[in-house]
Amino acid sequence: MRLLDIKNLEVGFDVYGGYLRVLNGVDFSMDEGEKVGLVGETGCGKTTTAKSVLNILPVPPARTTGGSIMFKGDDILTMKKNEIRRVHAQEISMIFQDPTAALNPVFTIGDQLMTAIRYSCFDEDLSRREVRDRAVQALREVRLPDAERILKNYPVQLSGGMRQRICIAMALATRSTLLIADEPTTSLDVTIQDQVLRLLGTLIREKDTSAILITHSLGLVREWTERVYVMYAGVMVETAGTQELFENPLHPYTQGLMAAVPKLTGEGIAPGIEGRIPDYLNPPTGCRFHPRCPHVMDVCRKEKPSQFDCGEGHKTACFLYRE
Amino acid sequence: MRILKYILKRVLHSILVLLGLSILVFIIARVVPGDPARMALGPRAPEKVVEKFREDLHLNDPVYVQYYHWIKGAIRGDFGYSILTKRSVTLDIKDFFPATLELMLLTGLIMSVFGILLGIASARNANKWLDNVVRVFSYLGVCTPAYVFAILFLLIFGYVLNILPTIGRLSTWIDYPRTVTGLMTIDSLIAGDFPAFWDALKHLIMPSLALALGPMAQEARITRSSMADNLQRDFIALERTQAIPERKIMSKYLLRISIIPTVSVLGLDFASQLGWAFLVELIFNWPGLSRYGIQVILNKDLNGIIAVIMVIGLMFLVVNVIVDIVVSLLDPRIRLGAERSV
Amino acid sequence: MHTAAQVANRSLGSRIWERVKKGWYTFSKNPLSIVGGFIVVVVFLLAVLAPYVSPYPEHAGNFVDFETASAPPSRAHLFGTDVFGRDILTRVFFGFRLSLIMGVVVIGLTAPVGVTLGLIAGYKKNTWIETLIMRITDIFVAVPPLILALSVAAILKPNIFNSMMAVSLMWWPWYCRMVYGIASSLKNEFYIQSAEVTGASTAHILFREIFPNCYGPIFTKVSLDMGWVILLASALSFVGLGAQPPTPDLGTMVADGGKYMPDQWWIAVFPAIAIMFVVFGFNILGDGIRDMLEVEKT
Repeated sequence: MRLLDIKNLEVGFDVYGGYLRVLNGVDFSMDEGEKVGLVGETGCGKTTTAKSVLNILPVPPARTTGGSIMFKGDDILTMKKNEIRRVHAQEISMIFQDPTAALNPVFTIGDQLMTAIRYSCFDEDLSRREVRDRAVQALREVRLPDAERILKNYPVQLSGGMRQRICIAMALATRSTLLIADEPTTSLDVTIQDQVLRLLGTLIREKDTSAILITHSLGLVREWTERVYVMYAGVMVETAGTQELFENPLHPYTQGLMAAVPKLTGEGIAPGIEGRIPDYLNPPTGCRFHPRCPHVMDVCRKEKPSQFDCGEGHKTACFLYRE
Repeated sequence: MRILKYILKRVLHSILVLLGLSILVFIIARVVPGDPARMALGPRAPEKVVEKFREDLHLNDPVYVQYYHWIKGAIRGDFGYSILTKRSVTLDIKDFFPATLELMLLTGLIMSVFGILLGIASARNANKWLDNVVRVFSYLGVCTPAYVFAILFLLIFGYVLNILPTIGRLSTWIDYPRTVTGLMTIDSLIAGDFPAFWDALKHLIMPSLALALGPMAQEARITRSSMADNLQRDFIALERTQAIPERKIMSKYLLRISIIPTVSVLGLDFASQLGWAFLVELIFNWPGLSRYGIQVILNKDLNGIIAVIMVIGLMFLVVNVIVDIVVSLLDPRIRLGAERSV
Repeated sequence: MHTAAQVANRSLGSRIWERVKKGWYTFSKNPLSIVGGFIVVVVFLLAVLAPYVSPYPEHAGNFVDFETASAPPSRAHLFGTDVFGRDILTRVFFGFRLSLIMGVVVIGLTAPVGVTLGLIAGYKKNTWIETLIMRITDIFVAVPPLILALSVAAILKPNIFNSMMAVSLMWWPWYCRMVYGIASSLKNEFYIQSAEVTGASTAHILFREIFPNCYGPIFTKVSLDMGWVILLASALSFVGLGAQPPTPDLGTMVADGGKYMPDQWWIAVFPAIAIMFVVFGFNILGDGIRDMLEVEKT
């Protein structure tokens, strides 16, 4: 049984001008212990997918109109409140993109961290002392010095890198099988990014947690993940083992992405991909990438491609590879 | 001890401001034509008496000399002689201040507590009927002057329904409780005199409500939108993924951060109501500082005017300092500021 | 799809039209703002055209007819008549005139003064000029606005002009403070510093560089302020410090009518509702403008 199996997920948002059909049939699956990357440009639906898995989409205006999210065999979309609570407490954790926004500014770190630990270990009936010890331990694990002092601090007193480490500590201290990291380093200083990522990667490996790393950086994905999903406009357009994807990108979008990365060998300005991401109010028919695709065919305008198997776990949603 | 330093700084600043204010009002007041001495003593007083009166009050001296005399007195607590009541202004203030204090305390309480509660209820039932009612109510409350509410209440509860008294602090057939705090309601509770307490409350509720309704609506609206905003923030989403029960998220984590903007506004709102109290006290014949204030204003009793402005200014200052302290207690970002570079 | 070159080549006129269209679209999305704008326009028209649209324009002045005095609302007199037999509907229309004039004059006086002082104080931060200006504003805001206005109005002779002066006197500091906040936060922006370095005069920096950043908040504030000024002015006239009889003034009408409650309720109630109506309109309009400007920012 796969750890996480999303099939044909359709999610949209009711906004003033109409209905934004963001996720248009997302397929995503991973096994226990895997470290999977999810790449895509801003606005393609990565965070919406993550939030759907965690069931924290703002329900008006968001609407899930189809599909299923199977986590360890149970559909998250049809779970009852207390089942979801258990999943939150002990199975899935999330690290948000902006650590400043993710921490409540008027409460101490200690309060937030210890509350998180207490509720995730709700079945263990820990004493205050024990919770505190675990909190200190968690901070030590993310290499934060002087853990005792930090517990008393407020987020405003700490730097961005420290805040993200605390978020990581919160995610890992709460016993998770699956960690979803949504662009964990994007809002950090460039000099800190590497540090924090390295730490995250090490911890994930140490605890053998399954992880989804959401990012728009191909470089990160190459270094840290075993398998990659490429997402565009609410659909997964390609998936493959990391190495395979970089050596052999099949989908025209992926190819465009790869080509757009400037190379150190200095071959001049890297070509971009023509056009822009679609308007979710009026998305293109058929394959959502067809307006920008250099290999567009008639069928692309009419039908939506499913994920075609190209061998060795390499799938791509493009009619070029229909057979 | 940071807080102490802060208070000290504010108090010093405000003393300077009040001083400046006194100079300003003094200057404006002395600009007016007319003869205060003649006005005080009436047209039939002999000229010699009026002249002596003028000498005693230094009315013939240049402005700065007059101001000097005033300051000398003010430091000692003597605000001079009131032409209107024909006695010491300080005595007048002592007499009338408790009534206004009681009124403003209840008003402040209603404004803040009920305003915030209403805002919370509104946010919880977002877009349902309660929320819409509160929204309409808040629009109306903000654009209705307090004196309109006062007249309305007087009409409805005082005359038509006849369930609430319309004048003063205590009905004529009730004995005044022994004065401990000067607040009729508290004093009667202390004395264990429940009929008096009840009567005092009945007198207090209409003017208080008239003053409190407008800002209460405003506070509700601010609280509601603050809560609605914060609900979208990432930290709330994170707390949900941590399996913290929704109740706890709402009542603890959402609440504290959402009432900060409301509390910040409370100071200003309270101040503006101190102003409207002048009219409301007049309408209800409430024997408070504000009614005294409007009377001295309308009668051009300069000593009275300046003294009232000073006292009100002081009240405002105290309220502001309290509000600032509460806000900085609630919001560590303000009290800790940039201890570290962010 | 436009390229950058195409956009830049469009004339200034068409660009402004685009902005207006976009602003109108955002504005019109909120039905409440439309209501506010509608109310303001209606009040404005009633005020301007009062002599032509009111049923009994002569009632706005010295008019007495005891036969029809204190009559409840009827077909002939929609809002009833007061104790002198004057039609209240007419007087409300003329009252709008006074209110709007008040608002325009007060804001017209205080906004330029306050804004200019605020710009100077904010730009010249940490100099004696800033301290002087800001301390003076502190003095004016240390007392509740109404109290200062009442005091000043009472000390001067009670009439419309003096009450306008009184309100203006305590109104300007708020503009000053608001603009001070914006100016002092912008002081260290690069474009200001580069203007300084290239020798731009202070006046240029203040009015051509910093001031344009204040359009939005000032515009919002002006719209909201119209309501507040009208409210404050009505308070002054409520105690008799504003327009003198027989000039129709909404605050005075409420005060006069208060004496005849509850039996002749219409004498006070309709003017009161009129005040609320006008303030409501400006409030909503101001909110709508503020929301629109916020959206534009994002």
